[in-house]
Amino acid sequence: MGRSYNIIKYCCLMVWTIFVVFPFLWALSTSFKDANAVTSGARYIPWIEFEPSVQGWTSLFASGSQGINIVTPFLNSASVTLLASIISLGLGTLAAYGLSRFSYKVGFVKNSDITFFFISQRIMPPIVLAIPFFLMLKEIHALDTILGLVIVYVALLLPIAVWVMTDFFASIPKELDEMAMIDGCTPIGAFFRVVLPNSTAGLVVAGMFCLIFGWNDFFFAFILTFTETQLLPVAIVSLNSSVTPWWSLSAFALISVTPLALIAIVVERFMSRGSLARGFS
Amino acid sequence: MQEDSVNVMLVLKNLSTVDRKRSLSNLNVELESGKIYTILGRTGAGKTELLRTLMGLDMITSGSLELDGQDLARLPVRKREMSMVYQQFINYPHLSVLQNVAFPLRRQGHSVEGANEHAISALTLVGLSGFEDRMPRELSGGQQQRVAIARAIVKRARILLMDEPLANLDYKLREKLREEFPRLLAENTDGIIIYTTTEPAEAMQLGDEMIVMHEGQILTKGAPEQIFEVPASVEVAKLISDPPVSIVKGEFVDGQLVLGKKTIEFSGEPEITLNGTIQVGIRPDALSVGGDTVAEVILSEFSGSDTIVHLSLEFGPAVMLVEGIHEFKPDQSISVSLDTSRLLLFTADGKNITER
Repeated sequence: MGRSYNIIKYCCLMVWTIFVVFPFLWALSTSFKDANAVTSGARYIPWIEFEPSVQGWTSLFASGSQGINIVTPFLNSASVTLLASIISLGLGTLAAYGLSRFSYKVGFVKNSDITFFFISQRIMPPIVLAIPFFLMLKEIHALDTILGLVIVYVALLLPIAVWVMTDFFASIPKELDEMAMIDGCTPIGAFFRVVLPNSTAGLVVAGMFCLIFGWNDFFFAFILTFTETQLLPVAIVSLNSSVTPWWSLSAFALISVTPLALIAIVVERFMSRGSLARGFS
Repeated sequence: MQEDSVNVMLVLKNLSTVDRKRSLSNLNVELESGKIYTILGRTGAGKTELLRTLMGLDMITSGSLELDGQDLARLPVRKREMSMVYQQFINYPHLSVLQNVAFPLRRQGHSVEGANEHAISALTLVGLSGFEDRMPRELSGGQQQRVAIARAIVKRARILLMDEPLANLDYKLREKLREEFPRLLAENTDGIIIYTTTEPAEAMQLGDEMIVMHEGQILTKGAPEQIFEVPASVEVAKLISDPPVSIVKGEFVDGQLVLGKKTIEFSGEPEITLNGTIQVGIRPDALSVGGDTVAEVILSEFSGSDTIVHLSLEFGPAVMLVEGIHEFKPDQSISVSLDTSRLLLFTADGKNITER
């Protein structure tokens, strides 16, 4: 143990860090290359190994035939993900609270079955859902719209929210809600005044999951939109045509990763300060 | 019990519940305001279930529950005007100590200032002045339970329920809080206080009246001394002292009790005109070292200042309490004497036949 353990530990961490960070560095250096530099083998250091150019970045915001519009897909992605996450979190939290505090029984269906129904939505391979979703959205004329995508994403994110929050509510003692009711709260009042304020950790985790899944989804965004409503992942892939502008693609990818990375950093700081790690003994 | 129009009565009639853990069956009891009732019973006797039923957290399956003529069973939890201290230290983790104690008052419609004022005086009473701005998690277990007690008494509820409030505290703190309880509970004189515990000493010390529960039923209710002196049944006798009363089999023949080879004359009144097998309760302090009865030591243990000796007597096993620390070795033969005037006599099915 001791010294040699530390050396081994940091060696492993270094290898892992390189493994994780390398794709980002590669994307970063590629985003500053031009066609010439991209095709002439592995080059990493700007000015020495290749002449940097900001063309990759400027092209994202330029208009006209040369320009690639990143703003619209970015805003689309942001609104779809945020809306779907908020709705899922809201509905999911209420459903999870019901499942964790009350016993339901309809025929042979009990709480555990209901929880499983929610989770089972995620067990199916996405392709199974694609055609029904497509037909349903077509029926309500919501194909290729923000609204249609929000509806589909709520269906996909709700199970995650229910699952995480059910688990979290199980860790809050039932006596806390009871105490609130004894102290004069209605059952709903007990939820909003006492249970919810003590659930920030669960809400943050569930919210993170929703945002990550929503933001990263390519499959449904690809199938359920055509030209009007393009989301970021689809926009990135659509760059990959006969002549792929690798510099623009790299810059695009980096920008699309940024929001989640920022959220992760903020949440991590928040968590480690202990303001979320509120334990119940 | 004099008739008093101010008195609030809590009346349970044939109250039964069905629960997975422990059902209450057929409880009949009347409680009046201004008194502290202690409920004594082992873990699983149904004490907590009774409190939860009173509070409305568990449903009544049959029977009735009335407070001052008002049917409580139909009232939702929040309208029952009760307060509760749980065995676990339950406080609102997101609220400061002051906000915790003010919480029930705010729900009753008090202004922030009014609620805080009351809360501060309640916190002073439980000895936590100066802790108002702390969060519950920053307090020790004992302090957390004090916050919970302050929150329970600040409401001046009609019924104050305390479910083994000291069970999760260490010995020292338990003793200290127990000593303070009469003073703390004096705040709630107009209400009914119900306090559950597994410890006979605690139940007798705190209770104006004591209720003994076993397996979801109320065995007896009455003044603690009365119940201690003349336990109504074998089950009660087993619960009312620690170390417990030992129960052995005896035989009644022509007014004389035969315990093994020993024959005990019962003189005086009332004459017991019963023949056959009975159960005899031997209090731990009814046995003492030195005498004409031979006993074998099974096990001896120290409890603070006393020695508890588990004996095997010719008529059965019994526990003897000896003051001070004494060394008894297992399998050692000792002679003991039995104070026959302090025996408890029960019929074969467990009813008390001692009339003293």
